[in-house]
Amino acid sequence: MDLRSTIHIAYIGLKTKKSRTFMTMLGIIIGISSVIIIVSVGNGAQSLILNQVKSMGSNLIGIYPGASEESGPPPSALGIVDTSLKNDDLDAVMENNNVPNAIAVTYYDRGVGTFQWRDQKYDGTFVGTTASYIDVHSVEVESGRFFTKDEEKDLARVVVLGYEVKENLFGDNNPIGQSIKIKKEQFKVIGVIGKRGTQLFENQDNLAFIPIFTCQKIMLGINYVSLARVQIDSEENTDQAVADIRALLRERHKLEKNEPDDFSIRPQTQAIEIFSSITDSLTYFLAAIAAISLLVGGIGIMNIMLIAVVERTREVGLRKALGAKNKNILSQFLAEAVVVTLSGGVVGVIFGVLVSFLVAMVARQLGYQWDLVISYSAILLSCTISILIGLIFGVYPAQKAAKLNPIEALRYE
Amino acid sequence: MDQPLIKTIHLCKEYDNDGVVTKVLHNIDLEIKRGEFAAIMGPSGSGKSTLMQILGFLERPTCGQYFFDGKEGGQFTDDELAAIRNEKIGFIFQSFNLLPKTSVFDNVRLPLLYDEKHRIKNQHEAIIAAIKAVGLYHRMDNLSNQLSGGEKQRVAIARALVTEPELIFADEPTGNLDSKSGKIIMEILQDLNEKGKTIILVTHEKYTAEHARRIIKIMDGTVENDYLVKERLFAKNANDLIK
Repeated sequence: MDLRSTIHIAYIGLKTKKSRTFMTMLGIIIGISSVIIIVSVGNGAQSLILNQVKSMGSNLIGIYPGASEESGPPPSALGIVDTSLKNDDLDAVMENNNVPNAIAVTYYDRGVGTFQWRDQKYDGTFVGTTASYIDVHSVEVESGRFFTKDEEKDLARVVVLGYEVKENLFGDNNPIGQSIKIKKEQFKVIGVIGKRGTQLFENQDNLAFIPIFTCQKIMLGINYVSLARVQIDSEENTDQAVADIRALLRERHKLEKNEPDDFSIRPQTQAIEIFSSITDSLTYFLAAIAAISLLVGGIGIMNIMLIAVVERTREVGLRKALGAKNKNILSQFLAEAVVVTLSGGVVGVIFGVLVSFLVAMVARQLGYQWDLVISYSAILLSCTISILIGLIFGVYPAQKAAKLNPIEALRYE
Repeated sequence: MDQPLIKTIHLCKEYDNDGVVTKVLHNIDLEIKRGEFAAIMGPSGSGKSTLMQILGFLERPTCGQYFFDGKEGGQFTDDELAAIRNEKIGFIFQSFNLLPKTSVFDNVRLPLLYDEKHRIKNQHEAIIAAIKAVGLYHRMDNLSNQLSGGEKQRVAIARALVTEPELIFADEPTGNLDSKSGKIIMEILQDLNEKGKTIILVTHEKYTAEHARRIIKIMDGTVENDYLVKERLFAKNANDLIK
């Protein structure tokens, strides 16, 4: 009996029990579509995060105070204050060709406080930074200007507002030249930055920027830097620049050869790798959970097929009486299981792709940079798994059917 | 042609149900020639159905020998027996045993699915011819559950004919039918016998059995009587009913 007739017989067998066939398929449909959706949403989320990281520029190197493991978080991320990184350390990066690949360096301290203009108040974050900030982060000043190197050195009380801060305090009024209070200190507004949205999960529009010295001396009373970023000429020179920065900082911090670094250097390329691996493992983890539902679906199929074998005992007896060999019966029941699981798989793939498409559409509507990623390997894998489930969970019931004695089967009521 | 199609020597059959042995058949010696129309007759529990099942290779005997077409049945594997059933034997059952919700055409086609040697060259034509032979051409695309009992049995006969077997077993073929439908079935069987098919009819009714040429009477697992029917019944008048 050829494959076509086998599938034809299986099709007829399944057609006569439409609702049960559908119910059997449901387990596979849910399992396969979950796998497709999770893999697609996982890839979409990964693209979202990576786009955010990349949008900051892949030619940036972060410097954090305090030592850390190669792949662990820097101490500042864990809330540990380390005072070892000073302004001069970072200024030295640009001096004497210490780091030949460095184009610019910027560093920051930050604090939270209430901004006030007349009777308008807004709770936001102030960031003390250098004049080079706008170059390193490619920031566009919408109106007015950013502060200068001189203002930075002179402890000038000037502020550049993020878009939302300006909107909340001034509305339609022109803020340039106005005086606002940040934590009760007077500042003169000299510029407003255009809308930037969210970068790395932080809203960039509710920040206000003040010169770093002003921030350290007047606002926070500290003399250290909590984060610095070095812009280098090209991503390819990352390793060289990291080595140069490390050598420079070790020399400045007078570290002996056997002493570990008291700072952490994190190139953006590494951040991309870390985020990729985190989202990858999350996706695989969730897909593995979805795969369990496939297993459950497979067991469901085995159950239904076992019931079908009992229900169709007479049919098996008849087929054997008419000349069907054990292998014919075996292949018929196997084919039925595979037809059910494969069609369930195909429906699951279609459903999964549709849902993934909807998720991507909604995410884009919400303003996220979400790529619709339909993984062809996931589709191919799903279909292969469907067939395998049919074969594996169909074998036992099919063998049971094939082993039936024709005359006992024919007598079965 | 002289060699009998069926020959049994001291055939017996026992069933062992958890140590309780039931003797169903013993010492059956039988010869049936090609072209015969024999009725195996006996009351229920006499062993006539078991005999048919052994002769039809659906069961194996416990002892004794069974020669089919000169070959000893015991030498065949299960797969070989399946092939013999497919090629040489047609079955008609009391309860029709059609595939539910399946067309007449597909039901008749069923044994051809297992015709691995492709003996029947033009399967489509063979199916149509078999359906025409039982007068159901106009019902070909109907589903099996849309047919009357008599029509179902005629589909079963067409299914038995489609592989062009030498021997047809009919196990109580009229048992579930009204007398009119029963007559039609008997007429078709007599017709097939006229055309050369060997037919073995299993029945508990003397009336039905008398449509055959020969009656083999089984009682308590042995052949009680074996004789030619003197006043054979013919179901000729039923012929018009299917035309």
